[in-house]
Amino acid sequence: MKVFIYPPNSMILQDLVERFGHTPLALAKEIDRRVNDPELDSPPMNITEIDVKIGLKYAAIEVPSGVRGRLALFGPLIDEAEAAIIVNNFPSTFGCMACARTNELTIYLIKQKKVPTLELDYPKNEEEVEDFVARIKEFLEDLK
Amino acid sequence: MIKIAQLSCGNDYSGIQKEIEKAAETVGAKIVFPDVDIDFDEAVEEFGFNPVSAGLKLMIARAKALVDKSFEADAVFIATCFRCAEGSLIRNELRRYLQKHTRLPVVMYSFTENTRASVLLTRMEALVTIVKRKDLLGRERQVGITMGIDSGSATTKAVIMQENKIIGKYWSPTTTVIESAEAVVKEALKKAKMDIKDIESIGTTGYGRYMIGKHFKAKLVQEELTVNSKGAVFLADRQKGEATILDIGGMDNKAIAVMDGIPDSFTMGGICAGASGRFLETTAKRLGLEIGEFGDLAAKGDLHKVPMNSYCTVFGIQGLVSALAEGYNKEDVAAAACRSVAEQIYEQQLQEIDVRYPLIQVGGTSLLKGLVMAVGDILKTEPLVPPDSQYIGAVGGALLCSGFI
Repeated sequence: MKVFIYPPNSMILQDLVERFGHTPLALAKEIDRRVNDPELDSPPMNITEIDVKIGLKYAAIEVPSGVRGRLALFGPLIDEAEAAIIVNNFPSTFGCMACARTNELTIYLIKQKKVPTLELDYPKNEEEVEDFVARIKEFLEDLK
Repeated sequence: MIKIAQLSCGNDYSGIQKEIEKAAETVGAKIVFPDVDIDFDEAVEEFGFNPVSAGLKLMIARAKALVDKSFEADAVFIATCFRCAEGSLIRNELRRYLQKHTRLPVVMYSFTENTRASVLLTRMEALVTIVKRKDLLGRERQVGITMGIDSGSATTKAVIMQENKIIGKYWSPTTTVIESAEAVVKEALKKAKMDIKDIESIGTTGYGRYMIGKHFKAKLVQEELTVNSKGAVFLADRQKGEATILDIGGMDNKAIAVMDGIPDSFTMGGICAGASGRFLETTAKRLGLEIGEFGDLAAKGDLHKVPMNSYCTVFGIQGLVSALAEGYNKEDVAAAACRSVAEQIYEQQLQEIDVRYPLIQVGGTSLLKGLVMAVGDILKTEPLVPPDSQYIGAVGGALLCSGFI
């Protein structure tokens, strides 16, 4: 199944989804495509004015351009999602979209999809880490 | 090369980083990002404002690196997404923080995905000028025979100066950049009883500065923020100490905070015609008045009598027309139009800088008495309007280019 992960650029979540046999809907691949596309040249993300306008599908014109630009990237990933894993209260080193308003809207859009969703807090100690991985494993196995 | 430290949030995802860098490169500067530790919570805690967005936390950490001098830069460009409330709070507080703790010139901007390098060019050029030409900007006295040409969006002005005095001046509406400049230069020379060969140095400024600079072989081609500042403090005889220069132009407005005539923070409008001289021009036409008459009429009206529902050039003026139909007199309607422009400038622009006194109001619109009254009313001060206030750009150009004789 296609599993949307939040934060969408978390390498740990991406890896876990792949390990348990699902397709992660993550930002890394999308950004990789853009960074390596020779036709685009607005570093470092290669977002174009047209991308930001694509974001209008998810957020209105009065929403800051940075929010719409982000949603232009992972809005289509949310559209594809058949399941989702949302991690709350994570440090920026775990994965970071840098914008709180984007975070709020992304979580809302995932919840609106009504797909099977696992929501959990970022672990603070070793015991919580084990529980964190176990819950993700159980959720992903149940999706099969 | 001048290093401009960029403190920003949302720029990558708005697709405008290339434009920011292009603007900096055009004026011989380089955009740099202060190095910070990946764990920037300590910097945020020390700053005292803890935004939710990590991008803004990173901005704070980068500003702190500049204050602590762990990263060296010559100037600072602060930018966040237009319409982001959290972003605008941090943008302003960081500007204050940097101005309090460093001597770095700072400029702010709120961008959209449509922001282009051309819009940022004047701001970047001003930052570079402040850093590179501090000695030239320190000039307080004009020497020799020099000419300043200000090619503005609405009008073109030329001033000839000799030994610190204006001896010839002329202005006309801008039609074609070169032709308008040639016409005003010819008239200014006639008034000064001189020939172009007598001019020892020429300085150009304004939107058409590059074109006319090349045409007249100018020794100084400079953006209007620094040139106008010099012209304004020279004409107002406030070359020492603090001041704020407010120039409500035909196309955009400039609010510049200066210390000893050198700007250290400034803001340029340009997002809405309703906050520019163009709004008043359109209102004057609708009232069947010349713009000068309009200013005098507005001064006789009550600034607060006619209610205005919109600042927009279309809807705001529609409101004024409706007020006329309801029986309000022309004086009060003209005064309301002036208040509308003053209010918008106060709400949108003057919030971006620390307003220092005296407030020197300059540019063509400073001749509109009603507008000066409206600005004074909202800022609770009496703006200082120097003689020849519409010529500040040209005077600044003539003054500064005398440094090249």
